[in-house]
Amino acid sequence: MARNNDGRLLDQYQVRKTNKFLRGMIYVGLVIWALIDLFPIYWMFTFSLKSNEEVYGLNVMGLPKEWLWSNYSTAMTTGNMPQYFVNSLIVTVATIVISLIAALMATYAITRIVWKGSSLMNSFFMLGITIPIHASIVPIFITLSKLHMTNSYWSLIIPYSAFSLAMAILICTGFMNEIPRDLDEAAYIDGCGLWQTFGMIIVPLMKPALATISIYTFLQCWNELMFANVFISKDALKTLPVGIQALSGRHTTDWGPIGAALVIATFPVLIAYVFMSKSIQESFIAGAVKG
Amino acid sequence: MKNKTYKYVTVFLFLLPALILFIGVLIAPIVMSLVYSLFDLRSVSTEGMEFIGLGNYKELFTSGSISFWKALGNSMLLAVLSVFIQLPLALGLALMLGKGIKGERAFLSIYFLPVLISTVVIGQLWRKIYNPDYGILNAVVGSGLMPQGGWLGNESSALWCVFIPTLWQYVGYHMLLMYAGVRSVSPELREAAKLDGATDGQVDWYIVIPSIKPILRVSVIFAITGSLKSFDLIYVLTNGGPYHATEVPSTLMISMLFERNRYGMGSTIAVLMIALCFAFAIIINAVFKERDIYGKK
Repeated sequence: MARNNDGRLLDQYQVRKTNKFLRGMIYVGLVIWALIDLFPIYWMFTFSLKSNEEVYGLNVMGLPKEWLWSNYSTAMTTGNMPQYFVNSLIVTVATIVISLIAALMATYAITRIVWKGSSLMNSFFMLGITIPIHASIVPIFITLSKLHMTNSYWSLIIPYSAFSLAMAILICTGFMNEIPRDLDEAAYIDGCGLWQTFGMIIVPLMKPALATISIYTFLQCWNELMFANVFISKDALKTLPVGIQALSGRHTTDWGPIGAALVIATFPVLIAYVFMSKSIQESFIAGAVKG
Repeated sequence: MKNKTYKYVTVFLFLLPALILFIGVLIAPIVMSLVYSLFDLRSVSTEGMEFIGLGNYKELFTSGSISFWKALGNSMLLAVLSVFIQLPLALGLALMLGKGIKGERAFLSIYFLPVLISTVVIGQLWRKIYNPDYGILNAVVGSGLMPQGGWLGNESSALWCVFIPTLWQYVGYHMLLMYAGVRSVSPELREAAKLDGATDGQVDWYIVIPSIKPILRVSVIFAITGSLKSFDLIYVLTNGGPYHATEVPSTLMISMLFERNRYGMGSTIAVLMIALCFAFAIIINAVFKERDIYGKK
């Protein structure tokens, strides 16, 4: 401590600079981790364009010598990738729409209307954050089987919507609390009922929340495996994760087409990420930090 | 408001879609799981199922062939590894990025990238990486180091080989949360500490880390409950094998359901998983609160 005091006397108003060596080490550390993150993805891209000969030893790590785009057409035709893609898209979009509507309405009732039990209702919905999706798979499977509803889009859309709901309400609450309450009062004075206030004042102001929730829900559903694997057995209805599982089971030794399928499944998300990395990251932060 | 009844009817209508979904898909099935867990249910037809009380629980805890303890132990081990390897790594990256380094955003975006890739894709990719004949891991470290049976096929290496892709995928997620916290520490506070002669390490340890405690709590909860729930990656990589070496409760549950048709037992595992997730969430919250007494909050 004494040394510190001496130091302070000498250069009282000098902020300590980060040591140059340390700064260098930080860079080295950051770059190493970036390479660890990128290398497997780079490798996936390269083997998706290679022949088995190259993968099996001629050229394990380098860029493909011969760019075999035919791997992609194999994945598209024999692997049914376009169908899986469309299925994933239908399920995901429907889930986003349903959970958004339900979450907006519920959040409005909880945060903007004054009634006894609103905070209890909020805690009730928040249980959904901790409940794992696996918890309900047996009863849902039994019920769906009895109703002959397995192998349908709804068998995924309904559970996904329910499990997205808690997070959607959580994020909605954060955003809705920031809308000034004077607006509701002004609307009331102007003769708006609760439904009109909701539809004409609140919903239009919730656009940033909608983006955040949609992104979060999209990634959850787009990547979900367990329910999709159990409830869907018809090839024509499989979503991307299940489809890729099936495809890899069929082509265990053909690396190129599998690699191509993996890239096809990943690409749209990567493209979206390039254009909206900031809002994607923010939606994840909102999901965790507001909790 | 015109009158009270009108208001409550409106509130109810606003809540209705969410309530239907929530009760129909979460609450009712959990209650049903609880009920099924007390029955010997061996087909989707629930007629004539036999009530066996706590028989399933008893069998689950005592039967060696089901290896529930192994599964639970594995998920606990994954949780410990996540908390003590993954989170410190994420914190380190977040602190380094938080120093206002050139290319900050680029690094951040790269680190977060694996989080967005489907776990099935990551699982299939790592299967290729671990492939005993042509995998990239052998090309990097040399096939001489590969354990007998292959990386994923060897009982002692398989769990590690499952953990590494998890680490690889989710470090970026925790890093992002922590980074958001690190960035929200007021620059004046940092400056003031530095004026007083604190080194970078001291600033991080005494100022930044204590002020991002709420985020660390969230990360610990996510890491532990995430390990309890982990399914996708393990299902794709090993499906719990070899010889239950990588079995976790969720893979055990799925194999109970769809390989052995034991729906009652599957429900029992589901019920225990929910209980564990809640128990851990409560314990972690309590631990962090306890610490706060000594902290500044």
